[in-house]
Amino acid sequence: MSAPAQDHAAHHDTPHHGHHPDGHDHGSYRSYTIGFILSVILTAIPFGLVMAGGFESRLLTAGIVVGFAAVQILVHMVYFLHMNTRSDEGWTALALIFTVVVVVIILAGSLWVMHNMNTNMMPQMDHSLPMSGFGS
Amino acid sequence: MTTMTTAQDPIQHWDTEPHHHAEGASTNIGFWIYLMSDCLMFAVLFAVFGVLGQSFAAGPGPKALFDLELVALNTAFLLLSSITFGFAMLAMFAGNKRGTLGWLAVTLLFGLAFLMVEIYEFYHLIHLGAGPQRSAFLSSFFALVGTHGLHVGFGSIWLVTLMVQISRKGLIPANMRRMTCLSMFWHFLDVIWIGVFTFVYLLGMI
Repeated sequence: MSAPAQDHAAHHDTPHHGHHPDGHDHGSYRSYTIGFILSVILTAIPFGLVMAGGFESRLLTAGIVVGFAAVQILVHMVYFLHMNTRSDEGWTALALIFTVVVVVIILAGSLWVMHNMNTNMMPQMDHSLPMSGFGS
Repeated sequence: MTTMTTAQDPIQHWDTEPHHHAEGASTNIGFWIYLMSDCLMFAVLFAVFGVLGQSFAAGPGPKALFDLELVALNTAFLLLSSITFGFAMLAMFAGNKRGTLGWLAVTLLFGLAFLMVEIYEFYHLIHLGAGPQRSAFLSSFFALVGTHGLHVGFGSIWLVTLMVQISRKGLIPANMRRMTCLSMFWHFLDVIWIGVFTFVYLLGMI
C-alpha cells in the first residue's frame, strides 16, 4: 500500500527541483533564515524601544513601532508566505490587494467615524443641556 | 435513434474541454481566499479594539495589566514556530518524511508553548478582576487576542492530525497539499500576531 504511494510522491516531487511552472516558490533554508533574522531584528527594536520607555514624543515612538510592524509584515509575506505576482497567474496578489483595500476602509472608516462621534457628541451634551436648577 | 446521438453531442464536447485541471490544482488559491476572509474578520476585531481600546470604565489600563516580557516570550515562540514550519516544508519537498515529522513536532511544541503562555496571561488577568466583563477595553482585548489564540489552537489540532496522516500514508500529493495549506495558515497567524503585539501591547504601553 505504501509502495505505490511513495512512487506517486516521488513522481510528483520531480518538477519541484527545477522550474516552477505554476509560479509557486518554495523557498530555501537560506531564504527562511534571512526572513527569520530580519523578523527578530524588526521585533527586538520596537520591543526594546518601548521597554526602555520610548522617546519624549509618544507620537514619534508610536510611529516608529507601527513602521517596524509594517516592514515586518512585508518580510513575512515575502520570506515565509512566498508572495509574488506570478503565483496562480497573479490571483493571490490580486486577492491580497483587494483585501488590503477593504481592511484599510474598515479600520480607517471605523476609527474616523467613532472618533468623530466621541469628540462631537459628548461635549455638546454637557454644553447644550445646562443642568443648573435641577438639584445638584 | 438520431436523437440519441445529438443528445450525447454536448457531453462529448464537455469531455474534450482542453482546460482540464488536476485534482487539487485550485486548492492553493482557494485556501488563500479563505485566509483573506479570515484577515477581514481580524480587521473588524482590530477596528473594534481601536474604537474601544481607550474605554477603561475606570478600570485598569494596559500599563497596569500587561507584561511586555511575557509578550516578547510569546512572540519568540510564534516566530520560532514559523521558521520550524518552513524547515518542515523544505524537508517535505526534499521527500524526507522523518525530517518533516520532526520539524512539525518542534512546531507543535512552540505552538503549544505559545498557547500555555497566553492561557496563563488570560487566567492571570481574570484572577486580577480584569476579565472581559470589566470594561469595553478588556472585552475587545479578549475578543481580539482570544480569537487569535483560538486560531493557534485549531492550527495545533490540524498539525496533530496532519502528522498522523503523514506518518500513516507518507508524503502523498494529498498530504503535501494539506501541508502547503497549513503552512500558509500558520505563517498567516504569525502575521496577525505582528498586528496584535504592535497595536495592543506595544502601543498600549507607550
